[in-house]
Amino acid sequence: MKFTVDSRRSTGVDIGAARTKLGELHGREYWRSLEELLETDDFREHLHREFRVPIDSGVDRRELLTLMGASIALAGLTGCTRQPTERIYPYVKPPEEIVPGEPLFYATAHLHEGYARGVLAKSYEGRPIKVDGNDLHPASLGGSDVFAQASILNMYDPDRSQTLTERGQIRPWSALLAAVKLTLEQERPRRGSGLRFLTTTVTSPTLQAQIAAVLAELPDAKWIAWEPTGRENVFAGTKLAFGQELQPVYAFDKADVVLSLEADFLGSGPSMPRHVRDFVSRRRAETMNRLYVVESTPTLTGARADHRRPLTPAAIESFAASVAAGVGVGGISAGAPADAFADAVAADLKSHAGASLVVAGETQPPAVHALAHAMNAALGNVGKTVRYVGSAADTPAAQTAALAELVGEMADGRVSTLVILGGNPAFNTPADLDFGKAMQKVGLRIRLGLYNDETSRLCHWNVAEAHALESWSDARAEDGTVTILQPLIAPLFSGKTAHELLAAFSAEPEKSAHDIVRDQWRGKLPGDFEAAWQKSLHDGLVDGSAFPSRPVAVRSFPLDPRASTLDPSLTLLFRPDPTIWDGSYANNGWLQELAKPMTKLTWDNAALMAPATAEKLGVTTEDVVELSFAGRRVEAPVWVMPGQAEGCVTIHFGYGRTRGGRVADGTGFNAYALRESRTLWAAPGVEIRKTLRRYPLATTQHQHSMEGRAPVRAVTAAAYLENPGVVAHMGEPPPGPHDTMYPQLPRGSYAWGMAIDLSTCVGCNACVIACQSENNIPIVGKEQVQRGRAMQWIRIDRYYKGSLDAPETFHQPVTCMHCENAPCEVVCPVNATVHSAEGLNQMVYNRCVGTRYCSNNCPYKVRRFNFFLYSDFTTEIKKMVNNPEVTVRSRGVMEKCSYCVQRINRARYAAEKENRPIKDGEIVTACEQACPARAITFGNVDDPESRVSRAKAEKRGYGLLVELGTRPRTSYLASLSNPSPALAPAEEPEKHKA
Amino acid sequence: MAQIFHRSTNTVSRVSVFGAVFFLGLLLWLFDALNRSPYTTQQGVARVQPVQFSHQHHVGAMGIDCRYCHTTVERASFANIPPTKTCMNCHTQIWAQSPELEPVRESWRTDASIPWVKVYDLPDYVYFNHSIHVAKGVGCETCHGRVDRMPLVSQHPTLQMAWCLDCHREPEKNLRPRDAIFTMGYVPAGNPEEIGKKLAAEYKIRPPMELTDCTTCHR
Repeated sequence: MKFTVDSRRSTGVDIGAARTKLGELHGREYWRSLEELLETDDFREHLHREFRVPIDSGVDRRELLTLMGASIALAGLTGCTRQPTERIYPYVKPPEEIVPGEPLFYATAHLHEGYARGVLAKSYEGRPIKVDGNDLHPASLGGSDVFAQASILNMYDPDRSQTLTERGQIRPWSALLAAVKLTLEQERPRRGSGLRFLTTTVTSPTLQAQIAAVLAELPDAKWIAWEPTGRENVFAGTKLAFGQELQPVYAFDKADVVLSLEADFLGSGPSMPRHVRDFVSRRRAETMNRLYVVESTPTLTGARADHRRPLTPAAIESFAASVAAGVGVGGISAGAPADAFADAVAADLKSHAGASLVVAGETQPPAVHALAHAMNAALGNVGKTVRYVGSAADTPAAQTAALAELVGEMADGRVSTLVILGGNPAFNTPADLDFGKAMQKVGLRIRLGLYNDETSRLCHWNVAEAHALESWSDARAEDGTVTILQPLIAPLFSGKTAHELLAAFSAEPEKSAHDIVRDQWRGKLPGDFEAAWQKSLHDGLVDGSAFPSRPVAVRSFPLDPRASTLDPSLTLLFRPDPTIWDGSYANNGWLQELAKPMTKLTWDNAALMAPATAEKLGVTTEDVVELSFAGRRVEAPVWVMPGQAEGCVTIHFGYGRTRGGRVADGTGFNAYALRESRTLWAAPGVEIRKTLRRYPLATTQHQHSMEGRAPVRAVTAAAYLENPGVVAHMGEPPPGPHDTMYPQLPRGSYAWGMAIDLSTCVGCNACVIACQSENNIPIVGKEQVQRGRAMQWIRIDRYYKGSLDAPETFHQPVTCMHCENAPCEVVCPVNATVHSAEGLNQMVYNRCVGTRYCSNNCPYKVRRFNFFLYSDFTTEIKKMVNNPEVTVRSRGVMEKCSYCVQRINRARYAAEKENRPIKDGEIVTACEQACPARAITFGNVDDPESRVSRAKAEKRGYGLLVELGTRPRTSYLASLSNPSPALAPAEEPEKHKA
Repeated sequence: MAQIFHRSTNTVSRVSVFGAVFFLGLLLWLFDALNRSPYTTQQGVARVQPVQFSHQHHVGAMGIDCRYCHTTVERASFANIPPTKTCMNCHTQIWAQSPELEPVRESWRTDASIPWVKVYDLPDYVYFNHSIHVAKGVGCETCHGRVDRMPLVSQHPTLQMAWCLDCHREPEKNLRPRDAIFTMGYVPAGNPEEIGKKLAAEYKIRPPMELTDCTTCHR
């Protein structure tokens, strides 16, 4: 298509001007967004009105006075009500283990892309309220991610499918059993040739065995699995390289040099917490690893890279080939073009042979995977930093081909019964297959699903599915470790598990999921079954269930000719959304309102494009464009994304739901509508047409400004080791201890403080959701986010440094600093925020009258105000997710991080009852617990031996805005990087093409 | 022109102007008095329960320990209301046919909880922990009064924040030796002030500065 450069409008961001402005900046200058860089009108408005208020409220002065008078009178009257009589309902026969008011923890698993990650779920009186990582589980190591943290909200979702229906009529379970029996009688004579099961990726040994049993009975029936984010390419890659479908298992802690070929191992995936922990264990100055990343669209992994290159998919392939040639992979040296960067990477990998690692992402074609495996083999990394195990998923690895075959059969009328277990195929299958249309030719369509969604609409029977926290099941992690999922609560809507639905097709149709799973493991657990079963449930994993490593030998493989056929013009990239994933979390308000780690967008997806691409197209952020590919069209707002590869447009799928629920519907656009089975991850040759409309996006990235100071401090490991004092000199020094007019506060028995290590923080947002879950933080909706009223107590600021096209990216979690000289406290007219003896900046909700002076006076902008009644006080089921140890805040009240004071108090009770001091590490804040990188440490700063004191004693420690004399108790550790000496930093701007 | 108002109007206006101040003051005082009165605080008001359970009988006459029923008082924030099972431990044997106990038997039969009326009802933004108070030597009687003399339990203190703070400021006045925590009608053996100070040191009671932090109870 033809690009025309059009004249700029005043409303948008002028990319050319931004480039000029950046050219004027020298040295270590940070910027947060294009808007800030240019100080656009919009940005200035944001800045000067901390909370944007409605300009035209439609109320005149007299009316306002009347309303105010009435509201004051009414507010006074509310104080006169007496407490209503409350009742206590004790147990009739108390369960042995429950102590009212004391939480219990159960080990179970969170499923991501079908793979298990161990979690510990916290439950009060049989009501689960929080999900955290399981220390013993190899994929978790105690850390978690946003999806595991937010999964609890899905369980209490009032929009969940609540009954069993047949064509819209409520039916009993026995009616479904009868219908299945009838089907089986019809299918038996023809060996099940009309029966199809469609699942998502299944790693559950029990479910696999159940399906196998049905297929053994009806050999012509088929089982198909479809996962929109499936790892077909991974298995195809190992098949290409080794001749067998294998799952690579990485040991990032043993790798000195890592090359990621668009593998977002720090940002997503079932083993993400494990990968993060292993990786950051090598981000200390003395033992620093080095990470090279090439990718088309910015990811969290790219943000942590020491050297990152934005490359188009075609360029990644040729880059992989160049590096492969450089490290001595045979048979490809000829075609690989010379590239100084590739040579340097290859040399670095080679000099760390056996302690290096090449990782290819799921979005990469099989050839790139095969190249990565061949490189690891050539470098002698196999068995050291990477090992290979069998696949935990039992279905054919080629999911797309199997799905296409199923659609063909359905369209031909050869399928008489389709059983869909989970997923949402009518929404998330490739558009060219037109699954929804083909499906309607099936005589009997049975669906098990959490929601009454796009697929349910097309099914005859809809069975409400039990949530993972309501289910007995089992599942494997990537390395094969089995976790037995146990329920924490009886199904809220009498939901059924996949096991129970499949049992309907067996000889024992009414067998419970518990018995099915238990019988599956009977005789397969080591030692005495009952003891082993109890231990497996207690630990959250089955001992010795991890797969053994398989020996591999690289075969010669042809390079994919696809590389050369990729169109050099615009390529459309499809990626799962960083917060609502493939759309399965679309109705989760916490995740919808969570700022996406790279764009800081909420409630929407957008077409991300590089500044240069946007310039060529003559579009800018919030302009609506029409994307068309293979005759299908979708309209999307543009988001100019620094660091995006030129010529690539990324759209995230999962949005554009039509029957997703009250939260999901009406957000974003449906990227699946352009996704074809041939081009699952990258579609070359997309056409983009500019429309004249604009679409407002809600971003949190410039709601609070730090006025050009340098909140993030970063230094190379070499420079830091040479002169550890360098970090302290990056900002203004704090005033002396007595240069203050505040009275010196007496110090209590403890002095709580926090240290956040920017070197290990990957910006994954897990802490934000953990905090939201722990502290009953409400969501506010898109319109309120646009006004700057998002309520999360932690925000993760994102900073850029360097050029527009390939900037370095930094993430910095910012929460209440618990200043020793807190500016908020002195301005509160009602003493609603006061200091505790232990250094907590206490917020007393029942005193707050909502003047917001404290927020105005806070230099860190970490206070959040309830402008409306954001918390839900009326929907019974939504109240169940609340943490009973934290007050639910009402309208007109200020709130902010409390350092998880409920956890401090709980630890204190335990310690004081034993007449001993609180031990270091006994108090773990919600953010600290969730953090997969262990970047956050909390403790007593008066104890020189505590973890937090040792962290703060590091020379790279610094406080935010200490020059104001606030003496923040939360401090930071500067980010360390380890750039290669072979790649001088001056070489970076060479990539500028504009 | 004649005066519109008679001379006496001056007095009336003076009285009403100054009287208004007193009247407003009276109103405020009334409001405050109402706020502190048992009408609002429910102090001393015996609550009608689904079963007319007598603490006077069970504690005073039978001498049953508090912890026989309120089992979690030493372990948890909440001193549990006993499950029906606890009542039935004895009442399957004695008074097994009493019509007074029919609600208990009904609960046992139908597996439905007995809907007890909450007597000590703190606001939802207050987080009180029984176990720490018991561990630090605060007797049941200090807050709950002589339950051994209450046929129907009523709220002993006002439960207003001022009452909580009285003790958090001077905890030594309400400390008991460990063996007297569950005793009704405890009398210190010796000088109460000295004993209190000694116990505060022994229990390592935190200084009032820390005990009166907002987050001790509010979060």
